[in-house]
Amino acid sequence: MTASRTPLLAINGLHVTVEGKQILNGLTLQVRAGEVHAIMGPNGSGKSTLAHVLAGRPGYQITAGTVSYEGRDLLALAPEERARQGVFLGFQYPVEIPGVNNVYLLKAAVNAVRKQRGLPEVDAFEFLGLVRDKMKLMHIEDSFLSRGVNEGFSGGEKKRNEVLQMLVLEPRLAILDETDSGLDIDALKVVAAGVNSQRSPERACVLVTHYQRLLEYVVPDIVHVLVRGRIARSGDRTLALELERRGYDWVSGEAA
Amino acid sequence: MSGNARQLETLIARGYQHGFVTEIDADTVAPGLDEDVVRLISRKKQEPAFLTEWRLKALRHWLTMREPHWAHVKFAPIDYQSISYYSAPKARKDGPKSLDEVDPKLLETYEKLGVPLHERARLAGVAVDAVFDSVSVATTFKERLAAAGVVFCPFSEAVRTHPQLLEQYLGSVVPYTDNFFATLNSAVFSDGSFVYVPKGVRCPMELSTYFRINAMNTGQFERTLIIADVGSYVSYLEGCSAPQRDENQLHAAVVELIALDDAYIKYSTVQNWYPGDAHGVGGIYNFVTKRGECRGRRAHISWTQVETGSAITWKYPSCVLRGEGSIGEFYSVATVNHYQQADTGTKMIHIGPDTRSTIISKGISAGHGQNTYRGLVKMLPSAHGARNFTQCDSLLMGGQCGAHTFPYVEVKNPSATVEHEASTSKISEDQLFYCLARGITEEDAVNMIVSGFCKSVFKELPMEFAVEAQALLAVSLEGAVG
Ligand SMILES: Nc1ncnc2c1ncn2[C@@H]1O[C@H](COP(=O)(O)OP(=O)(O)O)[C@@H](O)[C@H]1O
Ligand SMILES: [Mg+2]
Repeated sequence: MTASRTPLLAINGLHVTVEGKQILNGLTLQVRAGEVHAIMGPNGSGKSTLAHVLAGRPGYQITAGTVSYEGRDLLALAPEERARQGVFLGFQYPVEIPGVNNVYLLKAAVNAVRKQRGLPEVDAFEFLGLVRDKMKLMHIEDSFLSRGVNEGFSGGEKKRNEVLQMLVLEPRLAILDETDSGLDIDALKVVAAGVNSQRSPERACVLVTHYQRLLEYVVPDIVHVLVRGRIARSGDRTLALELERRGYDWVSGEAA
Repeated sequence: MSGNARQLETLIARGYQHGFVTEIDADTVAPGLDEDVVRLISRKKQEPAFLTEWRLKALRHWLTMREPHWAHVKFAPIDYQSISYYSAPKARKDGPKSLDEVDPKLLETYEKLGVPLHERARLAGVAVDAVFDSVSVATTFKERLAAAGVVFCPFSEAVRTHPQLLEQYLGSVVPYTDNFFATLNSAVFSDGSFVYVPKGVRCPMELSTYFRINAMNTGQFERTLIIADVGSYVSYLEGCSAPQRDENQLHAAVVELIALDDAYIKYSTVQNWYPGDAHGVGGIYNFVTKRGECRGRRAHISWTQVETGSAITWKYPSCVLRGEGSIGEFYSVATVNHYQQADTGTKMIHIGPDTRSTIISKGISAGHGQNTYRGLVKMLPSAHGARNFTQCDSLLMGGQCGAHTFPYVEVKNPSATVEHEASTSKISEDQLFYCLARGITEEDAVNMIVSGFCKSVFKELPMEFAVEAQALLAVSLEGAVG
């Protein structure tokens, strides 16, 4: 009930620079529990920067603004803390970690969350069962279990792996950075099914995407257009369609 | 970017956890080395004349040699006359017959080292021959081994019980003239392990020795000899650690392996000698000669080593592949942090036809550490169709350490093939952040990534050793990365 009043995520006037270059320029955004937001925008508009800043990646200077998550200062938390509190970033370019088993990483991640919540480590057998179920949903083969993290994965496999991790970790706030890019239509549907399966009144999702195609399968509550580091326009689902028709120049022109 | 690097650098610096000294009355010979000292050692051990003579020949040869300095390591001159060459815990009458008779303080030491003698023996089915300074104090599981016909005992015991095997095999792989440190060892070696596995016997358990240097100013010179007779199999584990002291200590061991037709020897080491402090003060000089000979057809010798300790490591476990179709393997993880230096690698000498060798070397450098891989692959004219595959990977943490690779190849037979792959990498910011964003701490992330890097070596270790190796790696790299 209070969930609808206090936003899960509240970004206020966020200014971010990277190596002296201004990237985010007074970005304001509120996401309530239960909502799915889409953030669209041209290349280089700052979408990944926003996602990284929310997840706590070092190397970004926050020069002004605030971010609160569950009513607390998100920016004061270390990245691993944020993850344990339920913030999940699905990477645009998931990195390979050779020799580190996928399941091993996943289990370490789950146990990190459980430790935070004062729970004992997950039972290895139960855990494997859970992971196998989610793998089925994501159309990931069994051999995945014994492979290295993203090691030799195709682009599509990497993206599905990100969604799998999200499904296993059950975050409160999932930020998916272009999880749809480079996917064929079948893979896109699988990813969408994964995202839809975890929609709930308790949880929220921010979909960063370049194309409106994903939004046909994951229907967002609100669509934002990010231009030159700030939200240039927000609207409902039809905004995405209009953008597709008229192109980003339409909004960029207005914002300029 | 450098935010991560800085955090990483502040991460480490948990101290060496095995640095304590056991107070026990020791029977120590005054420092210095001459023929009288060698004779004294030999007499104390009631050795047969051939062995005394062999030691003396080694000493005389050693006196003509000079300390080698070709390795990529730096150290102050060692005064060999200031070292005491024999130290034994004072014998209680005839020595312990069972664990109950062993000095409880000694057992406590093992306890602290994480070698719970009883437990390891009981739970893991490992027979432990614990070498304390120079004398073996406890041997377990002797009976089960005896039933299989396997001989596993302190070297000094083998001198009395199996002199003919010793006379036949001692120095047959590493002759007393071999190199400065091996020759010194041949003259003054104190104790070590002896293993003989008879024809067709699969050794019923893993054999393990835990060495420990304790007394001040003593060098440790063990000598290990393992003979695997036709069609036999043995897996041997060696673990090491030493107390923390400000002065450097010399460790010059020799290990000889002999594998006859169809025999398989698997030799695993987890080396955690005291590495010195964060400023490079103290630590063990680990100058060790390890060599195995595949003397028979289809013989197989496999070395696996995880080197995390020592101020200086100078060590090249090697294989002489004499028998037709014999196989040599070397799997190595060498870690240097702070001011540690490692110059390690292997020699694969292919003599027989269709011999094969595999070398996998993983070097990890952190702090101001210097890590060198030095390897020789030699294909002699008789090595028709012989093959070698070598892979050397280096992982750097921080900008002040170094990794060096010296692969030497000599091919004298045109039908032999040699393949070499090498890589150098760093733990990337992307990899670290990926783990952090999954709730994993930086320290755990680093350990995870490093373990991943070492995986192809760790999987060669027996299970419980692999766990120990991983833990040691984590400790030795605390506070590294960048
Ligand atoms: N580490 C960096 N150093 C310098 N510039 C950067 C860095 N990361 C991102 N940028 C710049 O910031 C801008 C926004 O990038 P990004 O957030 O990746 O955009 P998007 O995800 O919307 O395509 C781009 O102009 C990009 O070149
Ligand atoms: Mg992007």
